[in-house]
Amino acid sequence: MNTTAIISVIAYVALAPAAGGLLAGFDRKISARMQGRVGPPLLQPFYDLFKLLEKEPVTVNRVQDFYVLCCLIFMIITGGFFFAGGSLLLVIFTLTTASVFMVVAAYSSNSPYAQIGASRELLQIMAYEPMVLITAIGFFIVYRSFNVADIIAHPAPAVHYLAGIFLGFVFILTIKFRKSPFDLSMSHHAHQELVKGLTTEFSGKTLAMIELSHWYENIFLLGFVFLFFANGTTQWTVIAVLACLLAYFLEIFIDNSYARMKWQIAVNSSWIVALTAGGVNLLVLYFAIFGFGLGV
Amino acid sequence: MAVIFFLILFPLAAALILLAVKNDTARGVVVIAASVVIGAASVLLAVQHYFSGDALYHIADEFINEIVEYAMTAIEVCLAVIVFALGIKHKKYLASALAAVQTPLMLWFERSTGRLIEVKNPLVVDNLTVIMTLIVGIVGTLICVYALGYMKDFQRHNHGAPDRRPWFFFLLFLFLAAMFGLVTSNNLVWMYFFWEITTLCSFFLIGFTKTPEAVNNSFRALIMNLLGGLGFALAIMVAGNWYQTLEISQLLAMAQQGIDMTVPVVLLSFAGIAKAAQMPFNSWLLGAMVAPTPTSALLHSSTMVKAGVFLIVKLSPLMGWNLGGFMVMMVGGITFLMASFAAVSQSNAKRVLAYSTVANLGLIVACAGVGTPAAAWAAVMLIIFHAVTKSLLFLCVGTAEHNIGSRDIEDMDGLFDRMPRLAALMTAGISAMFLAPFGMLVSKWAALQAVVVSGNLPLVLFVVFGSSVTLFYWGKWLGKMTAVMAGRENIQRQVHAEEWTALCALTALVVIACLTFPIYSDKIVVPYLMTAFPNAREGVALAVSSDNMWILVVMIALIILLPLMFFGKTKKKIVPIYMAGAGLGDDLSFTGAMQEKKEVSLRNWYMEGYFGEKKMNRIGVTAACVVLAITFSMLLGGML
Repeated sequence: MNTTAIISVIAYVALAPAAGGLLAGFDRKISARMQGRVGPPLLQPFYDLFKLLEKEPVTVNRVQDFYVLCCLIFMIITGGFFFAGGSLLLVIFTLTTASVFMVVAAYSSNSPYAQIGASRELLQIMAYEPMVLITAIGFFIVYRSFNVADIIAHPAPAVHYLAGIFLGFVFILTIKFRKSPFDLSMSHHAHQELVKGLTTEFSGKTLAMIELSHWYENIFLLGFVFLFFANGTTQWTVIAVLACLLAYFLEIFIDNSYARMKWQIAVNSSWIVALTAGGVNLLVLYFAIFGFGLGV
Repeated sequence: MAVIFFLILFPLAAALILLAVKNDTARGVVVIAASVVIGAASVLLAVQHYFSGDALYHIADEFINEIVEYAMTAIEVCLAVIVFALGIKHKKYLASALAAVQTPLMLWFERSTGRLIEVKNPLVVDNLTVIMTLIVGIVGTLICVYALGYMKDFQRHNHGAPDRRPWFFFLLFLFLAAMFGLVTSNNLVWMYFFWEITTLCSFFLIGFTKTPEAVNNSFRALIMNLLGGLGFALAIMVAGNWYQTLEISQLLAMAQQGIDMTVPVVLLSFAGIAKAAQMPFNSWLLGAMVAPTPTSALLHSSTMVKAGVFLIVKLSPLMGWNLGGFMVMMVGGITFLMASFAAVSQSNAKRVLAYSTVANLGLIVACAGVGTPAAAWAAVMLIIFHAVTKSLLFLCVGTAEHNIGSRDIEDMDGLFDRMPRLAALMTAGISAMFLAPFGMLVSKWAALQAVVVSGNLPLVLFVVFGSSVTLFYWGKWLGKMTAVMAGRENIQRQVHAEEWTALCALTALVVIACLTFPIYSDKIVVPYLMTAFPNAREGVALAVSSDNMWILVVMIALIILLPLMFFGKTKKKIVPIYMAGAGLGDDLSFTGAMQEKKEVSLRNWYMEGYFGEKKMNRIGVTAACVVLAITFSMLLGGML
C-alpha cells in the first residue's frame, strides 16, 4: 500500500459519514421541493443521528446489537478496500458479508415485520448481485485487472467500453440506494404495510449505526460510479464527480416519480437488465478482444 | 509404497472385523481405533510424500502383480453376478443388462489386448493424491465416528427392525478402502476396479433401510453409475487399443507431446460426470437422501462424488477449448446454475445441502473444464473446503433431526435457544459455505476470475447468476436459525458424545482449513499445478494474489474474534418486539381480529414459481443432455 492509498482510506473513514449525511440532507431537501414542500434543514440527518444516540437504550434481544456492529464494521472495511485501490471482487464480497449481517440482525428479532423485511432484503441482494458482478467483470476484461488502483490509473476512461454496463449499474443503484420503486425491504417512510421493514426492531444507538453504515455505503457506491469516468486527469475527475451527482439526482427523481412496485418486477427487471445491458456489453468486449485482438 | 497398501488393506480388515462384531461397545472401540490409525496413516503418507516428492510406484514382484490381477478379476465377476441377480430380483433389468455388458467386455479386453500391455507403474502419489487421501482419511473417518452415535439413535427410532449395523459399518470402511485405492491408482484398470466398488458400496448404503423408496433410489444410483462405469470401461479399451497404455501418467504425458486424446478424455469425463452427480445424472444423489445421514455426509463430502471430480481434475490439463473441455465446462456450468436455483425452492435441509453439493461439484467440474492452472487451483480448493464444510453441515442436520424430530428448515427456528452449541456449529458451517472471507468464497472468487479469462461467456453468466442465488438460499436458512425465540427449552443434553467429537473436530478443521489456506496453497496445490501444467503459457498465475489471501485470513481472524468479544453482551433493557400494538408481550402471540389469542408463525420464502424443483431439473437435464448429445455426435463424427 502506498501513501495515496493510505490517505484515501483515512479520508474515506473520516469523511464519508459527513459526506453521506450531507447527501442525505440534499436528498430530503430536493425530494421536498419535488413534492412542493420546503423540506427540513440541510443538516437534519445529523440532528436525527445525534438524537438517536440519546435515546433510552433498549433492545429486543441480546444478540442483535452484535450483528449490527459487525454490519457497520464490514461496511467500513468494504469501502476501505475500495478506496485503498483493492480488488473489486473482494469489495463486492465484503459488501455482501456486511449486508448479510444486517439481514441476520433483523431475522434474530423474530419480529414479523423485521423478518419479512429481512427476507425481502435477501431477495434484493439476489436481484442486484448479478449486475454488480458483471460490472466488476467488465472492468476486468477491459483492464485485465480487478484492482481499483489499476483501473483508475489507466488513461482510457472505462465508460467508453462499458456504456451498457454503466446503464445497468445505474439501474440497480435504485435498489442499493433503497429508492422507490424498489424500496421493498425497508423505506424511509414508516407508514406502510411493513412498518420500517428490516429496521423495525432497531432503536437508539443501534439504529444510528445502521444509518451510519448506509452513509458509508452510499459514498462507496458513488465511488463505483466515479470509477467509470476517472482516469487520473483533472478534466475527467470533474466529469466523474458530475456524473456521481447526476446519478444521485436521477435516483431521487425516480424515487419521487414511482410508487413501489411488486417484488417480481424488481427481480425480473434487474435480471433482464443484467442479461441485456450487462451480458451484451460483455459479449461485445469478448468479440473485440478475441475476435479482433483489440484491447486497451 | 507400504503406506499405500496399508491404507487400502487396513480399512478392509477393519470392515471385515466390523461385519462380525455385534456388540455396541466393541464396535465403538474398533471404529475409533481404526479411524485413528487410518487418519494417522494418511497423515504419514502426506509427510512422507512431502519429503520424497512425487512418485510413480512400480511393483517389482511379478507374483504380487499376478495375485492382485486375479483377485480383482475374481471380485469383479462376483460383483457382476450379484448385481445381475439383484437386478432380476427387483425387476430392474437395466441394471442387470449394464452388468451383463460391462463386465464381460472388460474381461474380454483384459484377456486379449490388456494382457499384452505392460503396466510399469500401477500406483501414483502426487500432491492431488495426498489432498484426497487426507480428505478421505480424516473427514471420512470422522463421519464413521459420528455414525457410532447416530446409528444408536437410528436403531432406537426403528425399533423392531433387525440390527443391521454390522453391515452398515462394513460398508463404510470398505468405502474408505476403495477410495484410497482409487486415488492412488495410476493403472486405469485398477482405478476402474475401485471405481466400481464405490458404486456398489453406495448402492448398498442407499438401499440400507430396504424400504421400497430406498430400494428404488439405490437402483437409480446403481444404474446411473454403471452407465458412467461403461464410459470408463470404453475409455480403458480406447487407451489400450489406440495408445497401447493403461497408465494415466502415460496418457497425460502423451497429450503434452501433442498427441490427440479427445476420445479417452471425453469418455473418462463422462464417467466422472455421472459419479459427480452432474446433470443429467443429479437425481441419484438427491435420491440418496433416504439413507441414514452419515451415508449422505460420506457420499457428499469425502467419497463417491469427490471421486468423480478427482478424475476430472486429474484430466484438467487436457481440457480447455476442445471437445472434452467444452462438454465438461458446459455440463458443470449448467449444473451449477440449475442446482443453485433448485436449492432455493427446498425447505428440507438435507435437500438444500444436496442441491448445494450438486451445484458446487458443478463449479468444480466447470473449473476443471476450463483447463488453466488458475481454474484448476479453484477446483482443488473447492474440493478441500467443500469436503470439510459439507460434512459438518450434514452431520449437524443429522443431529438436529434426531433431537428436534425434523429435518425441515422451518422447524429449526430458534435453534439457538434449543441447541445452542449445535446451532453455533451449524452457523459456522453455513457461513463458511457462502460468506467472505471464508474458503468457499475464496474459491468462488478464483473460479469466477478463471472463467472470465477463459472467455466462455455463457459459463461466466452461469457462475454470476448461480452465485447470486446461492447467497439467497444460505441467507434465509441462516436467518431462520439465528432467530431468537422466547420460551424454548434447551434439549441439547441428549446428543451422543461421539457426535460431539466429530462435529467439533470438523468445525475445527473448517477453521484450520480457512486460516491456513495460503500456506497449503503455496506448499501443496501450486507445486501440483506446476507439474500438471508444464506447458501453461502464463505459468501458474493465481487468480487470488497472495496479498489478498492474507487479507482474507486477517478478516477470518476478525470474524472469529468479534463474537468472542461482543456476542450476546448487552446491558440494555430487553423489550418486546413490535406487533402493531396487538402483541401479548411474550413475543410469541398476539390478539387476533376476533379478540382471540393467535400464535405468531413466520415462514421463509421458497419462490416455487421461479425456482420450482421440477422445472429446474427439467431444464437442466435437457440442456445437459443436449451438451452430451452434441459432444458424442461430434466424437462419433470425428471417428467415422
